[in-house]
Amino acid sequence: MPKLLIDEQEIEVPEGMTVLQAAEMLGVEIPIFCYHPKLSIAGNCRMCLVEMDKSSKPIASCAMPASEGMVIRTQTPMVKKARQGVLEFLLINHPLDCPICDQGGECDLQDITMAYGGDTSRFNLNKRAVPDKEFGPLIETAMNRCIQCTRCIRFATEIAGTPELGATGRGEDMEIGTYVQKTITSELSGNLIDICPVGALTSKPYSFQGRPWELSSTPSVDVFDAVGCSIRIDARGREVMRILPRPNDEVNESWISDKTRFACDGLKYQRLDRPYVRGEDGHLRPVSWDEAFDVIVGRLQHIPGNHVAAIVGDMVDAEAMIALKDLMTAMGSPNIDCRQDGVLIGTGPRCSYLFNTTIAGVERADFCLLIGTNPRWEAPLINARIRKNYLFTGLNVALIGPFHELGYPVDYLGNDPLLLEKIKKGKHPISAALKAAKHPMMIIGQGALGREDGDGILNTAREIADKYDFVHKTKLHLQDYWNGFNVLQTAASRVGGFDLGFLPGPKGHNIKEIFEATRRKKIEAVYLLDADEIDMTALKSTFVIYQGHHGDRGAAIADVVLPGAAYTEKSGTYVNTEGRVQRGLQAASPPGDAKEDWKIIRALSERLGLELPYNSLDEVRRRLVEVNPLFDELDRVSRAPWVEFGREEILNTDPFKPSIENFYMTDSISRHSITMAKCTQEILER
Amino acid sequence: MLKDSDRIFTNLYGRHDWHLKGAKKRGDWDKTKALIAKGQQWIIDEVTLSCLRGRGGAGFPTGRKWCFLPKDDGVTPRFLVINADESEPGTCKDRDILRHEPQKLVEGALLAGFAIGSHTGYIYIRGEFHREAEHLETAIAEAYEAGLLGKNAAGSGWDFDLYVHRGAGAYICGEETALLESLEGRKGMPRLKPPFPAVVGLYGCPTIVNNVETIAVVPTILRRGGAWFAGIGTPDNTGPRIFCISGHVNTPCNVEEASGIPLKELIEVHGGGVRGGWDNLLAVIPGGSSVPLIPADVCGKVLMDTPSLACFNSSLGTGAVIVMDKSTDIVRAIARLSKFYMHESCGQCTPCREGTGWMWRMLIRLADGIGAIEDIDRLEDVTYEIEGHTICGLGDAAAWPVQGLIRHFRPELERRLRARKAA
Repeated sequence: MPKLLIDEQEIEVPEGMTVLQAAEMLGVEIPIFCYHPKLSIAGNCRMCLVEMDKSSKPIASCAMPASEGMVIRTQTPMVKKARQGVLEFLLINHPLDCPICDQGGECDLQDITMAYGGDTSRFNLNKRAVPDKEFGPLIETAMNRCIQCTRCIRFATEIAGTPELGATGRGEDMEIGTYVQKTITSELSGNLIDICPVGALTSKPYSFQGRPWELSSTPSVDVFDAVGCSIRIDARGREVMRILPRPNDEVNESWISDKTRFACDGLKYQRLDRPYVRGEDGHLRPVSWDEAFDVIVGRLQHIPGNHVAAIVGDMVDAEAMIALKDLMTAMGSPNIDCRQDGVLIGTGPRCSYLFNTTIAGVERADFCLLIGTNPRWEAPLINARIRKNYLFTGLNVALIGPFHELGYPVDYLGNDPLLLEKIKKGKHPISAALKAAKHPMMIIGQGALGREDGDGILNTAREIADKYDFVHKTKLHLQDYWNGFNVLQTAASRVGGFDLGFLPGPKGHNIKEIFEATRRKKIEAVYLLDADEIDMTALKSTFVIYQGHHGDRGAAIADVVLPGAAYTEKSGTYVNTEGRVQRGLQAASPPGDAKEDWKIIRALSERLGLELPYNSLDEVRRRLVEVNPLFDELDRVSRAPWVEFGREEILNTDPFKPSIENFYMTDSISRHSITMAKCTQEILER
Repeated sequence: MLKDSDRIFTNLYGRHDWHLKGAKKRGDWDKTKALIAKGQQWIIDEVTLSCLRGRGGAGFPTGRKWCFLPKDDGVTPRFLVINADESEPGTCKDRDILRHEPQKLVEGALLAGFAIGSHTGYIYIRGEFHREAEHLETAIAEAYEAGLLGKNAAGSGWDFDLYVHRGAGAYICGEETALLESLEGRKGMPRLKPPFPAVVGLYGCPTIVNNVETIAVVPTILRRGGAWFAGIGTPDNTGPRIFCISGHVNTPCNVEEASGIPLKELIEVHGGGVRGGWDNLLAVIPGGSSVPLIPADVCGKVLMDTPSLACFNSSLGTGAVIVMDKSTDIVRAIARLSKFYMHESCGQCTPCREGTGWMWRMLIRLADGIGAIEDIDRLEDVTYEIEGHTICGLGDAAAWPVQGLIRHFRPELERRLRARKAA
């Protein structure tokens, strides 16, 4: 552990740290442009120059390893001169168009110039002009502003795994671009906007929409997939203006996917802002809350409790789920399900439906077997972790299922479920690699589980896990505990639903059986809580209550529509695919008469004479903990013990199907997002 | 004056056969096996003893560079890379070695490769050196045919392969780490140091990068002894070296002379004197375009060695002497060099990317007398904002000539500004 002196303060840092990191630990500020903690070191902006004893030249602190006995000074005339010089150079060809630049107010160049720059410009010649580039529907470019820090190139090449950006030209003619004009195809491309320290890459949908000082920021959790990225919702009034990542090394590091970032404009369109009831003429007509509840109570009174069913969608918070579950229990209905896609897992122990390795744990794996999953679309941030591991350790990845370009080399085994049997029996060529691996992991996607033989697939996978030592059972409490068995969920509400037991009770029907039973009139009323991804034709002759935030598929066939709140408009608890309980805060108010979901159910329960025993959000959350103590452990992953599960079933030979057809449109919010429609058109359909 | 018997490059002018047969006649490949048999440490010791400094411009002691290699772990390969990307304006010594003495380089590569424990050498040759690359390829082929390269090279028991890689004509690829990037197939952009190539070089392996002349003199040093080499020249700059004399002299030439020879002697004896006589001399750039110029009064007393030139804020560089007589528009001349550096800047780091263009634009204005007196100070200040702040030496190389101009010719700059104002 080298000891060094920075500005007269001594510090001891771990081997391999740079001078810049050491200074950061001491709280000594060193301005930077090209350095980014998550990217490789370029050292090209020269902003971080500091003075080092025994060196006649200032050194780049971002690239210089801290070593024993170094004496670093950051406040000397030499450093001041170097910083002023670099800023002057950056500014001579930088258009001073801050008043019309979207980065204004959150621009590194602005801030650092204010702090370290000179007072006037000495440049009296013409500035360089650089043609703007066309990067597709998400990223606006203003290449005159580019300071050639190459963060974007490094991000695209290293993190996203789509080496589409590069620098062409030499010297002052160097330009950042895509070589030939093309749309950037990465699902993580929006992060280029965040890492650009100036206004060269800005958000296209957000361009000229707002200024940072007009926005109020709220920390929250993403619900577009089951990763549960930490996000920051920036709202102006009740309008969500943009969504940015919050750094969280356990989950999303510093990144979010394009859907998470850009689908928020879907919150502005086709919203349910008042209750509706379907009239005799078959048309929905706006009504008051009272009238809507009257219609529901009127119908449910004549239906026996066990003839009612409830289905929840993929973006529902745990609070609403527990309220609905309690209401259904009070009505005497065991017919509840949170698995819109008909996947059959969830009834087993916790380890059978979680991403047990944890997202950060992916970095420790030395073999990864993907089964019926396309992590690039189902969980872009987990895919980025796999790529990170590949980049650092050369992780071997094998894939069984539909082929997809993932951003790292994959040993494609084919799309045949029977391959699993072969691997289980040790008769497949990769068996040897699995046997040799110390930390093997597998990821089973919804594409493999949402089939008739999903249980059998899960069971075979578990047998493979046992055979090849995917789980180090004996080391449960040690630091090097390893569980390489992972189910990759795609719905933000799914694990929460499982943890709360939002599953068919004794003699209850699951989702397929509910559809079946509606035909036989054994189910006469269905409560859809934000559930849009189901086959609505089966529910045509049934009394349907739809509670949700968008006038989407569910509302189209509903008899009563209750306007709920989207994820930005309520405080909600979500459990991500690794079993991490996270809480998002309300950033804006729901539109019109719409209400937070648990409150609607609570109000309805009173009208039904089945009053639920909670009156505030705190009380609902206490109820959550009562049902499952795990809900008390916020932002943590509690290890799910490895226990027996699964049952033998004959696998059929049908190839796995992709669980997502269009990454940009997977739910009622993204389906109504103009930006996501453009992405579909310009990226996928081309 | 260098004695004829002390000359290393006896076919510098190409008057004799450059093929293997002719080279052998001149003493190349003579008992190479015996030299190798003396061991790696002996070779390194002799080179260290000779005080040989790198001939590529920076003048780093070669023996010391070779010692920077980490201990051989027996697994990681090591590479010898020979920098034949000679592009420094005014410098054309390596070209003549490649044309007329390629076997000296090939033999030197084997000896140096053996000394540093490398089985593979690469010669990165400048793209424009078309014929030279052909000569080199032929020389290597002849050496392979004669069993001097490849398995059991020259019967020494050491395996050594030598490859030629042709560059694409970028000056920056002569910077050792940019050269490695280019050799690896990437854009020629200098790497951050540390780590130095001796530790992390080509393909991440320990690598020694040396200039053509540096490697080519190694066999002779080993044959005649490090002490012989060290006995020529001055204590700081030993041995014979090739000077390139160009510009306003009567007989521009490449000449092998002892390091530390007085500049005036070099110009008068080998360059045939300044055009129009010594009194017609305006200034000299003593070490390739990258070093600050020295005015005529200094040229009469300076020696061509590092400490002497340092007294006058210049340096030996590549030993390329560019002579300018009084007909030279000195401001335009330096502006032209400035344009060269702007054009050759790789664009990676800020001061060089933005500063080289700014300097050139200010200089061409000053050449025409446009601007104010303060512009000279601004230009000078900009050169100091570039110098020492860049990843590689190109920033320094761009700044120094301009600094030299302002240091010695400020009155000329001011005169032009005033003249323009008056007109």
